[in-house]
Amino acid sequence: MADISGQAGVSAPKVRIGQRGRLADFTRRLFREKPLGAFGAVMCLVFLVTGLFADFIAPFGYNEMNPIDRLKPPSVEYFLGTDQIGRDVFSRIVHGARTSLIIGFSAAFFSIIISCVIGITTGYFRGKFDMLVQRMVDAWMSFPDLVVVIVAVSVFGPGMWQVILVLSLLYGIAGSRIVRSAVLTVKENDYVHAAESVGVSTIRILLRHILPNIMAPIIVLFTTRLAAVILVEAGLSFLGLGVPPPAPSWGGMLSFEGRSYMFQAPWLAIMPGLAITFVVYNINMFGDALRDLLDPRMRGSGLKQKLDV
Amino acid sequence: MQRYILRRLLAVIPTLFFASIIVFMVIRILPGDAVDLIIKSSPFMEDSEQLRKEIEADLGLDKPMHIQYFYWVRDIVVYRDLGTSLIRETPVGPDIAERVPVTMTMGILAVVFALAISIPIGVYSAMKQDTIGDHVGRSFAILGLAIPSFWLGTMIVILPAIWWGWSPPSRLVPFFDDPFRYLSVFVTPAAILGASLAAVTMRMTRTMMLEVLRQDYIRTARAKGLSETLVVMRHAIRNALIPVITLIGLFVPYIIGGTVILERIFDIPGIGQLLLLAVQDRDYPVITGIFLMVGIFVISVNLIVDLSYGLLDPKVRDQE
Repeated sequence: MADISGQAGVSAPKVRIGQRGRLADFTRRLFREKPLGAFGAVMCLVFLVTGLFADFIAPFGYNEMNPIDRLKPPSVEYFLGTDQIGRDVFSRIVHGARTSLIIGFSAAFFSIIISCVIGITTGYFRGKFDMLVQRMVDAWMSFPDLVVVIVAVSVFGPGMWQVILVLSLLYGIAGSRIVRSAVLTVKENDYVHAAESVGVSTIRILLRHILPNIMAPIIVLFTTRLAAVILVEAGLSFLGLGVPPPAPSWGGMLSFEGRSYMFQAPWLAIMPGLAITFVVYNINMFGDALRDLLDPRMRGSGLKQKLDV
Repeated sequence: MQRYILRRLLAVIPTLFFASIIVFMVIRILPGDAVDLIIKSSPFMEDSEQLRKEIEADLGLDKPMHIQYFYWVRDIVVYRDLGTSLIRETPVGPDIAERVPVTMTMGILAVVFALAISIPIGVYSAMKQDTIGDHVGRSFAILGLAIPSFWLGTMIVILPAIWWGWSPPSRLVPFFDDPFRYLSVFVTPAAILGASLAAVTMRMTRTMMLEVLRQDYIRTARAKGLSETLVVMRHAIRNALIPVITLIGLFVPYIIGGTVILERIFDIPGIGQLLLLAVQDRDYPVITGIFLMVGIFVISVNLIVDLSYGLLDPKVRDQE
């Protein structure tokens, strides 16, 4: 994006490109330079559409049981087979995409908001305030993701909104580090100093001068968060602590209730896991390509973030 | 170096303090009043305002929050008392301690496994940058990050059982009875856990190798006629692996999260299993006890990693 042109050492074209032209230009570059990333982007779109239009795509309801057709292998009628109470696995996976979509996007979105609020204020104001908050972030990050979520669920009870709340907080606080380090570099730019010296209000500096210039790492952070949230939610549902049944979720489909049936019907174990892997893989591929195209400085440092999965 | 150690040690104090505050807050907001529990569990007590006040005073719940926090920390530090399990009515501390070796074994095996496969592949990938081998290695790494461990674990339990009637060994025997049998139980879950760690390590090793191979001292080593093997083994790998050490610190929370799931699948009696059982039974002292211990453990490991990083790389220690 041409916005980074203010960066020392990064010489983006100084040509003025309109908002629409920029997006088209970006898409062109994505397809030309990063074919795998472009594939990931297309598959993310498929995931999005599947989740949004689950009711139209799935041939059966997610809890529609046909007891006569228990544990049927994949066939023309039941595309991916049926489970122990005769529910269509394909339909449940399609509806499960919606669950992953809602939790993934909401938690990733709220976590980015939290990261921005903490990261921008600490990075811009520095000083004792920053020191104090950084130690709190350290403390928070020393608790493993999954353990925090499990403890939180035991306190607040299971449910979609509890999971979203906890995951937003979890990744929001951890991600503030990345936003903060981006702010640290941006705020040393001449245009920020210029704005400060002519007396532009602090709020305006943060929103008009800092925020637009750290959009690249924020967008990349969003994709890594999306993948992480989907994985953790699946793990949580697998343990029976996520979205309560009969609501369909990919992790829940693999949980222990169905374990004994999986030996007779291996498709029960294979399909939901494939769905998770496929979606997370493609989000990661798209995210990697985004990072390379938008924010070359983040190369390498993104590795640490991957661990948050 | 001494100043570096001192600075790191001082920085840990506020972290530990905030971590303990987080756990304390969890304990405070837990559902179910301790007073209610005591009254309900004793048939001889008549529920009255008077009695409630007495029990509260007895537990120190009538004191202000910061005093309560102080008592809580004192109980843990001085009396080593993490509370008592509501279900088994045994002290929580020994319950956790008993399971530590199991989870530790799994974690260490996973790290060994991860390093053993990721470092050679990472080095190879860097040396053959942008060849087919490099692409294959990197694709596998990204795939490794996308496959959830609980799915891989489920598949390894189920598919071989269907195809060959084989299933991973699962009965845990005491270590000293039969060390090999003991370790064999951990091999499959540790390999699964190690695989996802390997994906990250491999990518990191590759990036660091690429960076180091571009350095002047590598050019010098080549220019003075050292064989490529010697250049890589003696000059490149040693320097490239230093930052990889920091990853081990980052691994610890990930491993603990991963063992929760893998101990469930492979029925291994470690910390993770204890946590899940406690969540099932709403055994809050056990949950918060594990929560606190895990936090302290992660902070300690990160401190050790930071210190050894400073020991190995003077640039880190002289910063600021």
